[in-house]
Amino acid sequence: MHTNPLYNVFTTMLKRDLFFGMRRSSELANSLIFFLIVVTMFPFVLGTEPALLRDIYPGVIWVAALLSVTMSLDRMFNSDFEDGTLEQMLLSQHPTTFIVMAKVVAHWLLTGVPLIIASMFLGVIFGLSYESLQAILVTLLLGTPVLSLVGSAATALTVGLRGGAMLLPLIILPLYIPLLIFSVAAVNNASQGLGFTGEIYFISAILVLTITLAPFATVLSLRIRFG
Amino acid sequence: MNQQSIDNNSLFAENLSCFRNEQLLFKEINFNLSSGEVLQIEGTNGSGKTSLLRILCGLAIPEEGKVSWNNQDIQDTRSQYLQDMHYIGHANGIKAELTPIENLVVAQSLTNPIGDCSCRDALAQMEIEELADVPVRKLSSGQRRRVALSRLLISEARLWLVDEPFTSLDDGGRLLVKKMFETHASAGGLAVIVTHDPLELPNIPFKKITFN
Repeated sequence: MHTNPLYNVFTTMLKRDLFFGMRRSSELANSLIFFLIVVTMFPFVLGTEPALLRDIYPGVIWVAALLSVTMSLDRMFNSDFEDGTLEQMLLSQHPTTFIVMAKVVAHWLLTGVPLIIASMFLGVIFGLSYESLQAILVTLLLGTPVLSLVGSAATALTVGLRGGAMLLPLIILPLYIPLLIFSVAAVNNASQGLGFTGEIYFISAILVLTITLAPFATVLSLRIRFG
Repeated sequence: MNQQSIDNNSLFAENLSCFRNEQLLFKEINFNLSSGEVLQIEGTNGSGKTSLLRILCGLAIPEEGKVSWNNQDIQDTRSQYLQDMHYIGHANGIKAELTPIENLVVAQSLTNPIGDCSCRDALAQMEIEELADVPVRKLSSGQRRRVALSRLLISEARLWLVDEPFTSLDDGGRLLVKKMFETHASAGGLAVIVTHDPLELPNIPFKKITFN
């Protein structure tokens, strides 16, 4: 096996987290079911007027996605912290940023992707137009990685803290607001037949910014927690 | 072993002190360890043995003093030090959902640049080969400890830092681990072992620090 060791550590960690996530599939199912329940609550409260549901759907989907991702973030480092594998990662001779990136990608594949698929289904059920569905798909594809990336840095700060589970949403939800604004604006524009490339550019910029900075912030936070 | 085994390595701790919760755990810890030597850190519970080991592996930073590896401060030459050192903490550092083999493959990718997979050999040496594909969740705590310790065998580290290696091991396991340390030391490796049990390794140079 003569591969690049960095590539090797990335793929091994990714596979490990995916295996691990699959073997704890009830936790994965929990955050998806939570998402579905939150979204289906709204028609009960606000009534089943199709025009109204179409209007609120983008906001509802995004808020539910934020909450569901925030719930699932706890998984990213806490179990590794408890069984001591996180220490091993920090003491690896390979850059910790690669290991963190692998964990973020795994988190996105296990939580972000199911959310995107579920949102598409729910969008059809809520009777959204083709254009709105398209906008939701694009914003979620670009936006859910941001949720995992920013989330990793915040989770790293609270890992192993008592009451960390309560602290995490307080740290993280405000950081998600810019993404939320642009995403919902994009879908609203699309539903009125307007273009939404401007918003997409902004979301892409946020994604690029978080890809470049979040892994370093995460590693630094982990070091602080351990040092 | 690679050509490093002929090199002479040294671990040097200088005037280390550590506080926890505003309380002095220890101060003025000095020792010098060179190739082929094993150091035991013994002491009562809560005396700071584990904290010292965490300082030695670079996870924690001492209040005062410094740790040097081959005469260079480990904070300055961190990446080199991490290549030469392997740490087994109090927690096993293995995932209960994965099998021992899967755990070792992950550990190997974290330590060795490109390793030829000797994971099964390592498990065989710890006499748990038949458990290689059983999820760790189903293993006893002694068996888990053996899986954790077999990580030392797949790493090519010169320096082993091990926290309570004998916890929950049976007599056979203890003997295996002692033999492992002796083989490592006679091949020119270094080891720091934290344990409150009396430890005897008669065949190799052996040092001891006692905490009270």
